[in-house]
Amino acid sequence: MRKLNFKLPSFRALKLPGLSFLLAMFFGALLIAFSDSTVLKHIGHPIDFIKAGGVAVWQSYLALFQGSIYNPSLATPHDSLLAWYPLSETLVSAAPLILAGLSVALAFRAGLFNIGAQGQFIFGSIAASYVGFHFHLPIGIHVILSVLAAIVAGGIWGGLVGLLKARTGAHEVIVTIMLNYVALYFLMWLLGTTTFLRPGRKDPISPDVLPSSRMPLLAGNNYRVNFGIFIALAAAVFVWWLLSRSTWGFRFRAVGANTAAAKTAGISVPFVMTSVMAISGALAGLGGAVHVLGSDFSLTSGTAGNFGFDAITVALLGRARPMGTVFASLLFGALRAGGGTMQANTNTPIDIVLVIQALVVLFIAAPSVVKWVFRLKNLKTTGELAAKGWNG
Amino acid sequence: MSLELRGITKSFGALVANDSIDLKVENGEIHAILGENGAGKSTLMNIVYGLVAPDSGEILVDGIHKTIKEPRDALASGIGMVHQHFMLVPVFTVAENIVLGHEKSGFAGRLELGDARARIKEVSDQFGFDVNPDDLIEGLPVGVQQRVEIIRALIYDAKVLILDEPTAVLTPQETDDLLKIMRELKSQGTSIIFITHKLREVKAVADRITIIRRGKVVGNASPTDSQDELASLMVGRQVELVPEKFSHVIGDPVLTVKELTIRDITGRALVTNINFEVRAGEILAIAGVQGNGQSEVARAMVNLEEYVEGSIIVDGAQVIGMSVREALHAGIAFVPESREYDGLIASMSIAENLILDVHDRPPYAHGIQMSPTVVLAEAEKRKVEFDIRLQSVSDPISSLSGGNKQKVVLARELSRPVKLLVASQPTRGLDVGSIEFVHKRILEERDAGRAVLLFSTELDEVLALADRIAVMYRGEILAIVPSGVTAQELGLLMAGVVNA
Ligand SMILES: Nc1ncnc2c1ncn2[C@@H]1O[C@H](COP(=O)(O)OP(=O)(O)OP(=O)(O)O)[C@@H](O)[C@H]1O
Ligand SMILES: [Mg+2]
Repeated sequence: MRKLNFKLPSFRALKLPGLSFLLAMFFGALLIAFSDSTVLKHIGHPIDFIKAGGVAVWQSYLALFQGSIYNPSLATPHDSLLAWYPLSETLVSAAPLILAGLSVALAFRAGLFNIGAQGQFIFGSIAASYVGFHFHLPIGIHVILSVLAAIVAGGIWGGLVGLLKARTGAHEVIVTIMLNYVALYFLMWLLGTTTFLRPGRKDPISPDVLPSSRMPLLAGNNYRVNFGIFIALAAAVFVWWLLSRSTWGFRFRAVGANTAAAKTAGISVPFVMTSVMAISGALAGLGGAVHVLGSDFSLTSGTAGNFGFDAITVALLGRARPMGTVFASLLFGALRAGGGTMQANTNTPIDIVLVIQALVVLFIAAPSVVKWVFRLKNLKTTGELAAKGWNG
Repeated sequence: MSLELRGITKSFGALVANDSIDLKVENGEIHAILGENGAGKSTLMNIVYGLVAPDSGEILVDGIHKTIKEPRDALASGIGMVHQHFMLVPVFTVAENIVLGHEKSGFAGRLELGDARARIKEVSDQFGFDVNPDDLIEGLPVGVQQRVEIIRALIYDAKVLILDEPTAVLTPQETDDLLKIMRELKSQGTSIIFITHKLREVKAVADRITIIRRGKVVGNASPTDSQDELASLMVGRQVELVPEKFSHVIGDPVLTVKELTIRDITGRALVTNINFEVRAGEILAIAGVQGNGQSEVARAMVNLEEYVEGSIIVDGAQVIGMSVREALHAGIAFVPESREYDGLIASMSIAENLILDVHDRPPYAHGIQMSPTVVLAEAEKRKVEFDIRLQSVSDPISSLSGGNKQKVVLARELSRPVKLLVASQPTRGLDVGSIEFVHKRILEERDAGRAVLLFSTELDEVLALADRIAVMYRGEILAIVPSGVTAQELGLLMAGVVNA
């Protein structure tokens, strides 16, 4: 009661995402069983079928776990800790996703639907890698400047959207979708220029960033986990502070929840739109930097992968709260890291992971399904998702 | 049809909003429910209509138990409700709105409105509604939209009609029409539950009155009781319905409006070339039937209107061209006309809503860092001062009753030292006790030498508070008259009649 709008993700808040995940895993299990040809052979014998199905599901989910958190078979006599290698991989893919997710979540809270995290992420990667491979700078300073360049590039790319919306009323969804294309094709064009094309290569790939501009490794050379995860967590704390403790965040939330009332209270709506999109863009750009400087080291046309779009999903899953977004990103990072192992070790294709991800989102968007399945009466479903539709 | 409620109880956390309420509404009676803001009236009605689930209690219709889980069940049991916020689609016609959710389609899915239109005409004639089924909702005045809602309930065979503060948004003329309709409905056998804070209306139409205080039925009253008696029964103490006002010295002009013209986005003038001034220590009321340009004038005072010509000088400074923020900082307090639309932010907490316009100023913030503890402490203070009935100042605004929301807006705007107070419909939805308090506060502002610009469609309020009254009609100021006018004269002016 003594606190202003500060709630740790309480169990109540985690209930819907948690149950949605369980339900998605359940449907995932059905899919695994029914798509496995060895299981389907038993279709005539219910008991055998259930047995075989159970084994397939267990093996797949076990592989998922081993691929994402802990795999004892990776341990060597010299280094039993290597069993944790998968966890390091999970953190590596979660870090950029957390940052991109925060970008979407922050915009959500101000009533804006930032579909453009992908484009902002791309610009961040471009800026970070350019500074990273082009300049020769002292260790420490180099990585800081590369990161700053990404923040600025992403911030400008995002701020542009806010400015357009504030000045002309252009809907941010359309603008960001278009700017995503612009960013992608700009990247492809860049990779053909002499500055960006790696010497001696014909396929579009940039030089590796110099070691002085890379994220410091956290657990030695055997693991890829790097300082990026700390940056991501710090950014989450920053976004939390921004939203619940700063005057800026107060204005963001006010505009997000009721633009007319915010305006009447003297809050400048155009300024809020521009600044929130600039900060969102900066976060996504930072995600690009963490990705390029932390694990990929070079730019390709696929550098941004699906980060900017998964970002929307994790922001939704995290109810647009910073800590929720972190948890959701870790989960997605784990699914992504574990999916490969699952595909390699079992008959289950990695696509099951995508199905589970999609189902989680579906259930969160349609909470009545979850309520019905689990017979819940008063599940809190209204959230902080303030982004408005086309009429906003 | 009779409706009986037995032992209805509903708690929100620690707060008991309805505490085993018994209520009986007889066939064909108008049953008024009186109670303070937050007494639990709306909660009770929402329970009857299936919008809120009670913790315990029974609902009987004509002596038969009914299980009402959602509005559909209520309608099936013959219970209809008209909400304060109309649930109409603006771009649909009256008939289309009424069949919404019950559409019948004809050949190739064509929407069949024939039956509905005939029924609407029939009901409209029967009760004197004067509603045309083919009019578009967006073009209709609030009072007529409300009648559409009532027709909708009647067409689906409501025999008990719940009206929760139906007159809060109506002009005096529309209110009279509604009361007439209510009597007509009653004479044809419809029972009505009528919630209002206006005692005059209760005395005019009610057959019986039930009084609720802090979630409990505390007794019944008779429509023949005087307004003073009703007021004190409701609030539990003596209430001064007409505030005491002393004459005092009026100072220099604080607000000077010259040749003010306000246009909408198409360039059409909504307010044409008006001039007036308000002096320190003076209350100028702007009266008029809703929609004659008062809302725009009020909004223009803090620069919320976009297409404005002329000049608005507050304490020597030109307001036009300032940002809203600069206008507020220049010493203007602004109580907007609609708390739901632009007065409050529903999902933010009560404490946050109390500092919406000063959130970035000390002591609430230093630099960009806000001080939550100060914000909460301040909210606790205002809660006591303005008697805001709430559980926790950290709760969202949406958990408050209508009147208590209004108090939050007033508490915010009246706690800031200002030179000019612009207040639109400041007592909309308040109970008599709170109105007394707010009127006193507004008079205190005046006595402390502030200029007050009051916009109100309540004639009583205008007459009780104003030193001078400007009457607006079709975007112009028809006349500025001293406070001594009678309600009748004022009524004529508001209708556009100037007697030379
Ligand atoms: N959803 C809710 N959550 C928490 N408290 C609530 C909720 N709805 C109502 N309340 C509380 O219940 C009490 C009764 O509210 P209700 O709206 O019934 O009052 P009311 O008699 O209609 O008042 P008013 O005259 O101001 O409209 C209030 O104290 C209100 O704050
Ligand atoms: Mg109410």
